[in-house]
Amino acid sequence: MTLLLNQIGRIAWRSVIRTARQPAAVIPPLTFPLMLMAVNSNGLRAATHLPGFPTKSFLDFFLPFSFIQGALFAATTAGTDLARDVDTGFLNRLALTPMRGAALLLGELGGAVALGALQAFVYLGVGLAFGVHFVTGIGGMATLLLLAILIALGWAAVGVLLALRAGTGEKVQSQFPLLFFLVFISSMNLPRNLIEVSWFRDLATINPVSYLIEGLRTLIIEGWNAQALALGFGVAILMILGALGGASIALNSRMERT
Amino acid sequence: MAGSDNSIEVEGLVREFKKGPRAVDGIDLRVDPGEIYGFLGPNGAGKSTTVLMLTTLLPPTAGTARVAGFDVVKEGPSVRRTIGAALQEAALDPMLTGREHLRLQAALQGIARDERKAREQELLDRVGLSEAADRKVKGYSGGMKRRLDLALALVHRPRVLFLDEPTTGLDPQSRSALWEEVGRLARDEGVTVFLTTQYLEEADVLADRVGIIHRGRIVAEGTPAALKADVGRSTVEAIPAEEDERSRVAEILLRFGDPTQASPKGVAVQLANSNGSLAEVVRALDEAKLPIANIQLHAPTLDDVFLAKTGTSLEGAAEKEEHESEPE
Repeated sequence: MTLLLNQIGRIAWRSVIRTARQPAAVIPPLTFPLMLMAVNSNGLRAATHLPGFPTKSFLDFFLPFSFIQGALFAATTAGTDLARDVDTGFLNRLALTPMRGAALLLGELGGAVALGALQAFVYLGVGLAFGVHFVTGIGGMATLLLLAILIALGWAAVGVLLALRAGTGEKVQSQFPLLFFLVFISSMNLPRNLIEVSWFRDLATINPVSYLIEGLRTLIIEGWNAQALALGFGVAILMILGALGGASIALNSRMERT
Repeated sequence: MAGSDNSIEVEGLVREFKKGPRAVDGIDLRVDPGEIYGFLGPNGAGKSTTVLMLTTLLPPTAGTARVAGFDVVKEGPSVRRTIGAALQEAALDPMLTGREHLRLQAALQGIARDERKAREQELLDRVGLSEAADRKVKGYSGGMKRRLDLALALVHRPRVLFLDEPTTGLDPQSRSALWEEVGRLARDEGVTVFLTTQYLEEADVLADRVGIIHRGRIVAEGTPAALKADVGRSTVEAIPAEEDERSRVAEILLRFGDPTQASPKGVAVQLANSNGSLAEVVRALDEAKLPIANIQLHAPTLDDVFLAKTGTSLEGAAEKEEHESEPE
């Protein structure tokens, strides 16, 4: 157990170091969601006048989207870096050590989650500095951070799965726009009950990303909504388990050592 | 007995890929403890596939292989504990420093924490990377990457070392430094080295024994000297200073051996006796007062061995394989 933890720690350490040394992998995931938050919270402020809109501050409403978007960026980095390891043969180097497959998966995820957690603290801090109000108080903030980290873990697991299946950074990067599309057809800009176009509302309803956003959002603007939180945490956990399961299978075929 | 020696024993090893030819087609070989075995062949011949199987990274389709007494299929973890490998293309992380690579490798190999620093420094010194140890690998030259690759393969003091084309793309100086280190490992530490190469000179200089692989099969095996002796005798080629003396030069050369193919202006014979015959040929030409523009002794090379065994030169085979076969 100690050996496994040591291996996970080493792989996570490498993942963090590698990411930290690529400004292009750190700065856009931190700044782009904040920029989008700034633009949308001003540009779409009028949406708060819609009858039934749940808050008077679009910033309060939109902040959760930053966590989703930032985690997706972090996952893109994690996936691309791991795919590069497959492509360059670094994975073979690791496979020749007594390292267990679980250590690689959890270590890579650890690195992505560290970045995701850093981002979450930054988004939360910026949101609070610009007047975001949590109806659930400190406890809600802590719960939001926990859910945000789980979401970062889930996206990172998806990134690792794509990397192990694709095997090249280019293929991984070409698949991430599809995930961004999934994010944009969610309830990110409007509550689902206020989306008038029926096909868009239906898509947002079957889109699990909507439930991740709504789980985060309820803590800021609504309160301790058990159903929204259960769906948010449930979707995040299912995403983690599903992607990790797929990634384990993909890793077994990539690390075909005897 | 398992793990009792550093040998490599391979019997009938086969690897087939889907929709492809047999990359490795039933090879048998044995490498003795402390021996440097050169696995020579063109691109696509099956060298890297063999190394991947022997290092447990690719299961064989058929056949058996034991490394240090352990079966590569049934005892993969034991094989991996015993071996070190620097596979084709130095697989390094450009964002980490040389020292960080060694630190990661030592930790994953389970080297005790208090031993790690000393081992890192020892290896950095040995491969001449102490000064560059704290620089990111993306700034390393090809030779530095290869040397770091070798250091990483040695972190856990392996008894058997696999080097897959370790000097491809290196400048002559880096190549010779790497040869020296590999030779030292075998000579001083008794490490068994299995080295693949497409360079004739490398196999000739470094290997105690050479196996020549062509299209997945071993077509010749032995010491470089024995393989060369096996294909034939040296040839002498002389180019007369004046072209109309060609027939007289031919007449003298034929006293020393059988005629063989020569350049358009020259005359060549395969020597009947390779010991001291060049001197005798020169003396005879001098006594006949025949001015010679150029005279050369051509001793058989491993390329001649390859040509004799496969019907094509190593260089020609490489080009052909690149067009015909699946990537290794």
